[in-house]
Parts: sequence; structure tokens; C-alpha cells
Amino acid sequence: MSEPILAFEHFGFQYDAQASPTLYDINLTVSRGEKILIAGPSGCGKSTLAHCINGLIPFSYPGEATGSVTIKGRETKKMGLFEISRSVGTVLQDSDGQFIGLTVAEDIAFALENDAIGEPDLHQRVLKAARAVNIQDFLKHAPGELSGGQKQRVALAGVMVEDVDLLLFDEPLANLDPATGKQAIELIDQLHRETGAAVVIIEHRLEDVLYRHVDRVVLMSSGRIITDCSPDELLSSNSLTEHGIREPLYITALKYAGVEITPEMQPWNIDTIQLSQDEKNRVQQWFNAQPAPSEDTENPVLLEAGDIHFAYRNGRKALKGLGCQIRQGEFLAIAGTNGAGKSTFAKVICGFERPQQGKLLFRGQDLSEFSIKERADHIGYVMQNPNQMISKVMIFDEVALGLRTRGVEESMIRERVEEALKICGLWPFRNWPVSALSYGQKKRVTIASILVLKPEIILLDEPTAGQDYRHYTEIMDFLTQLNHLGITVVVITHDMHLMLEYSHRSLVFSEGNIIADADAATVLTDQQVIQAANLKETSLYQLAEKCGIQDGTGFVRRFINYERECIRP
Amino acid sequence: MINIFNYIDRESPIHRMTGAAKLVALIFLTLAAMITYDTRMLVVMPLFSIGLFAVSRIRFQDVSFLLTFTLIFMVLNNILVFVFAPQHGVSIYGTRHVLLVLTSRYTITAEQLFYHLNLILKYLCTIPVVLLFVSTTNPSEFAASLNRIGIKYSIAYSVALALRYIPDIQKEYHEISQAQQARGIEMSKKENLVHRLKSASAILIPLIMSSMDRIETISNAMELRGFGKNKKRTWYMGRKFRISDILAMVFSVAVFLFALYLNYRNGSRFWNPFM
Repeated sequence: MSEPILAFEHFGFQYDAQASPTLYDINLTVSRGEKILIAGPSGCGKSTLAHCINGLIPFSYPGEATGSVTIKGRETKKMGLFEISRSVGTVLQDSDGQFIGLTVAEDIAFALENDAIGEPDLHQRVLKAARAVNIQDFLKHAPGELSGGQKQRVALAGVMVEDVDLLLFDEPLANLDPATGKQAIELIDQLHRETGAAVVIIEHRLEDVLYRHVDRVVLMSSGRIITDCSPDELLSSNSLTEHGIREPLYITALKYAGVEITPEMQPWNIDTIQLSQDEKNRVQQWFNAQPAPSEDTENPVLLEAGDIHFAYRNGRKALKGLGCQIRQGEFLAIAGTNGAGKSTFAKVICGFERPQQGKLLFRGQDLSEFSIKERADHIGYVMQNPNQMISKVMIFDEVALGLRTRGVEESMIRERVEEALKICGLWPFRNWPVSALSYGQKKRVTIASILVLKPEIILLDEPTAGQDYRHYTEIMDFLTQLNHLGITVVVITHDMHLMLEYSHRSLVFSEGNIIADADAATVLTDQQVIQAANLKETSLYQLAEKCGIQDGTGFVRRFINYERECIRP
Repeated sequence: MINIFNYIDRESPIHRMTGAAKLVALIFLTLAAMITYDTRMLVVMPLFSIGLFAVSRIRFQDVSFLLTFTLIFMVLNNILVFVFAPQHGVSIYGTRHVLLVLTSRYTITAEQLFYHLNLILKYLCTIPVVLLFVSTTNPSEFAASLNRIGIKYSIAYSVALALRYIPDIQKEYHEISQAQQARGIEMSKKENLVHRLKSASAILIPLIMSSMDRIETISNAMELRGFGKNKKRTWYMGRKFRISDILAMVFSVAVFLFALYLNYRNGSRFWNPFM
């Protein structure tokens, strides 16, 4: 066993503002060159643990600690934040928010500048770090000109420039599309091998991280470490589902088929997993036993877009002759890369932007004569971050806002707000201030404030971005409920699970056009579409291939149907 | 998107100067133009400023927005001076050469016109230098050179940071206002003032809340990368003072001193051709 870089011993922590500890009796050692994944549901304490590693605790967030945390044998509380930052490089979740410099080069240089490194070292070291993450051609670019993946490369270069012993990633996949997320994991793996630094990844998207090897997975729940073992061992147990973490889909499918997972099968990755002929037969039998899902009946068309052209004032063409139909009662997902035109399309529907050409019909009526406000009576738009919408102190007033601006009578307002609050499960909180709510509850408030206008379509931009599996499930189940009430739900998303599990149909955008219009199972097994839209093939498809099932798309479809009918009725 | 600093990256002697030197030169040249009404000097200075423009390779159409804005302001300023003080020139120069009588109050005199000529010339002295400063100074380099002339780096850095975030906040403001309009918040001029203030709060409060989130992230990110660690820091975009910087600063101070000298020799701020 090589020298430990980081060691927690009987460590516990309680924030000053909180009534009970966030971390209990943590024992964890990370050795030089190790790669570790820390997984766990929101509120399990994994972010707090990250703060304890990089020194934000105790230096920025006050609280009471017990036990010890050491970095290279020294107590962190005796080191000071700056000294810790020389050993631990942190890449935060929000790669946009942590971009400090006006250009890529300045951002990478930031730590060196603070170390008062002079010329010519400063420029040389920046260039070297930029080359290591392959961003050297963008040194003069501003953050706004970069894609999400590029921003993350810059963030990585910015911490690597210091030759740290441990790289800490706080939810590195949260804001990335599936293909970019895959590249990020590859890059982390490559840097891990090249630099020899220890790597700690905090992430709840287990399957995506396990795209590359990790030495150990630490599972946390309610402030404690539940297991600390190899990914093979972890996947052979039931700990993941018990603690609200999504298992890799192929593992779930194997379990449905009655295959027992053992560490010897090397189940950590779909490419490494070994299945005997008997086990393959079981999967085939399971597939054959599932009824083929029935075709959806065609509902009347609610919204129809035809040949929409739109260019921004700076000349960038965002939509190029796009056309589609949205049917009543549908649950529709819109996917595609950043800049493919998804958000622009939403803005055009809501009337925030006027297309230069094309028609937009709602129940056959021309929408172009409707103002933004009038359209909002039929089509509700929910922004990604609830903090971007909430402007009132009290929940009731926030939800009532849209009705008050429409001059609805106060007694009528009360009735409709109460109804919306009940639907959204916010009735117990009706007299609370908004600030007392969690992120997920705030999201519900913003949805309630749209529902109160009784729209026929509700359009949500990335409703689950940055949410863990439990909150994700909560939000999505809620949207499904709304959908069952007859409201048409349209979701813009990067999330493949969301497309697979919840949507009836997926529209895939690429460069201002729609390149696929089919159910998620078809989309996510079509190589061409996957590539063009920065998506990723679902591991279910690979499993089907492995088990000799010809109809991979059908396998995915039956799996989803089984989950919808039998697991989450 | 309108960028306040409007930095235009070109290769020129002016671009190569440090931001601090340019700031010092800007301050003293502007002060010189402000204190003197000596027309002889006010004729020479704009010629010089426009000459600098040619050297900087910034074209007028690059800065057309700011240029139009300031020219409109200049015209307004002149109109207001005439409306409120139509005989100001007479009281300054002590003579009265009537050119045209509109009403007894608004009599156009040669002195008043001469005074307005001076006002316009003052604008023409300062506008080009200000425009040059904003369009040839890289904001990061400017922050670095502020630090070099003795301003604390935490303050100097906040300048660069603010500029980094202005486009993000503009974009967010735009998005929030669209979503709130959909809920029926009217921002148009049809509504009365109280109503519009209320509407503005429906956009500003979410903007402030989400900016607070941003601030927490950015301050953590800065601390984790050692901001504030040492008394001194270096700057990637920093440049050393060169001969041209020192010359520019010395020259601008000299111009300022010359303006002071003119005031002294003329016995007042005004040069009087009527006496």
C-alpha cells in the first residue's frame, strides 16, 4: 500500500447553523494514485465531505468537527485553506460559475498569479496545462464562446497548473450532455494516468462514471459511509437501490431477468461483464416473455410548427426550416446539443422571439397574432433554475402573481391558487415563505405558478439539471401525474434516462433542424442520431447485443414498458 | 450585446501602451481641456486627438455607438446652455456684438456663438481620447496596471471580475424578463410609473437571488485557487512600463501644466478676441 494522501479518522462534522451533525464517524483513506468515486443521494453529506477535503470546511463554512482529517499526514485545520489548495485541486460542479478570468488563458493562470509566479514561467506553465487538456487553441477566447465541455477542460487546467496531489471533482457531469460527459470521464482518466495524482469524484451518476475504471466506490447515506469497496462488489449487492442511487441500466435488466450478479462477472462496465450461456438465455427468455408495448393512439394535434426560420440579430441562424407537431396529452422530450436550437424553439413558441419565416398554429389558430401574455394562457414556460422566476416572499403570492396581473377576482384567485398548490403537493406549505423551501419544492412553486394559468401545454427547460436520482424521480413523477391530468408536457433535456423512462416521443434537434422524431428507444439506439446530437447509446442496447437479441430497440422498449407497468405503476 | 469597455483588439502603438499610462494621460488631457477656454489651445488639441485615432487604427465606425451618444449629448448641452443662459458669452467677454434678434432675451450675439464654439471644441478634445481609452485597453491588462500604480489588487481585480460577469448578467436579465412577461408582467411604457416599478421588482428580485448564488460559487472558486494568499500577485496580462508609457504620461502632464500657464497669462480661463 502506497503512502496515503488523504485520511479521515472517526471524523464528524456539524454546521453551526444546523441542529444535528451532517457527517458521522467517517473513516476513509485515499492513497497516492488511487481513483475513488463517492456516491450517495442528495443530503447524504457528500458535498460536505468534499468541503472537508478541500478546506472550505473549516475555513469558509464554520462548524464543529470531531476526529481528524489529514492531508499527507498533516491536520487540515492546522494548514490553512491556501496551503491545502496547493495539495488539493477542486473542480466545482458549475463550470460556468467557477470561470474567473476574462479569457481561457487568464483563468488557467489564476492560481499561478495568486502564487506571484513571474514571467516567463507564468506563460509557459499556462501553455503546458492548456496542452494537457487540449484547449491550447482557445487561449484568447472568452467563457461565453466555449461549450460546456470546453469550460470544464479550462477548469481542469486551472487546477492542474499547480501540480496538486489530489484532484477533487464535485459532480463533474451535472451540466454536461451525455457525449461530453463521456469525454470528461475519459479526460479525467487520462490525467489520472499521466499525472499520478489521486482522484476523488463525487457524483451520483454511477453508470456514467464507471465508463472508465475506478478503484473503489464509497457509498454514503445520511452522513455515514455505508460501503467502501470495489465497483464489482458494490454492483453485486443491493446497496445502491436501497440508498436511492440509480444502478447501471444493464444491471437492473439482468436482475429483472433473474440473473444473479457476482463480483467474478466483472459487472462494473458493460464491456467487461462476463455472462455465461445460461445467463444469456435467461435474458432472452425474459425478453420473449414481455408483451410488445402497444402503439400509442394518435391524439389530435395541439401545436403545429412549419418551416420555422429564425436568426438572431448577430446573424446566427438558430432554426432552419424546422417543423413538428405536438399532440394533445403527449409527454414529449426535446434533445440535442447546446446551440442546436432547442431553447430558441421554446422561445419562438412562447413568443419571446419572432421567427422571420414559418407558421405556428395552436389548435389550428395562427399564433403570430397572440402576444406573449396571451400565449402564456395556453403554453406555460418554466425556466431551468427556480430562483430565476421567484419574485415574491410568500408562496401564495408567488403562485397568484400571474392571475393578479390578469386582473382575476380575488376570490377566484384564491380558489385557483389553492387548487394548483394541492396538485403540486404544496398545500401544507401554503402560508410559508418561499425561502424556507428546498430546491425541488421551489421548482414545484414555479410549476404551480404556471399551472394556475391553466395552460394546455407546459414547457420545461432542463427540469432535472443538477438533481440527484431521488429529486429527479420526484420531479418526473410529478410531471407524469400532471400529464395524466391531461396536460401536455414538453421537456427540453440532456438526460437520456428521462427520455427513456418518461417521454412518449423524442424530438432530436441538430443545427436548427429536427433529425429524429421517434420514441426514445428508437432514438437512443440509432448510431447516426446519437452522434449528431451528442447522445450516448444506452447500455441496454449493448446488453441485448451481448445476449444475442436481434431486436435491440425492442429490448429497450420492453424494458421501459416493464418498468412503467410493473415497477412504478 | 453592448459591451461597456468595448475593447477592440488591434495591433498599434496605442494598444501596446499600458492601461495605467493611458488612464493617467486620459485624466490629465481631460483636465487640461476642462480648465481652459483658450481657443487657440482648444483648436490644436482635437487635431492631436484625431491624430491619435489614426495611429490607433480604430475606425470611427468601430465606436459609432458611443460616438453618436456623446455627440447627441454635446448638442443637448449646447441647446440647454443657450436656453438658460443666452447672454452668458456677453457677461464673459464683456462686449456685445448683436448678430440677430429673435426676442429681447434670445438675442444672438457673436460672444455667445464664440462661447458655444469653445464648448464644442472642449468636447472634441475629450471625446476622442475617452473613446480611444475604452477601445484600446484590455480590461484585464487595465486591472493589472491599476495594481501596478498602487491600487490594492483585490480592488483592481474586482474591475476585471465585474467585466467578466456583465454579459452573463445581461443575458440572465433578458431571460428572466421574458419569462415574467409570460406571466403577465408588463414592462411597456403604457403602464404608469408605480406599476412599472412593481414590474421591475419582479425581474430584479430573481436576478439578485440568482446573482447571490453566483457570488457564492465564484468566491469559493477564487479562494480554492488561492486568491488573497499573498500580499502581491502577478498578472498574466500585465505589462511592464516602457519608454512610450512614461513619455505619454509626461506629455499629458505637460499639456495640463501648459493649460494652467495659459490661464495665468490670460488672467482668466477665457481667451478674449473681442477686447
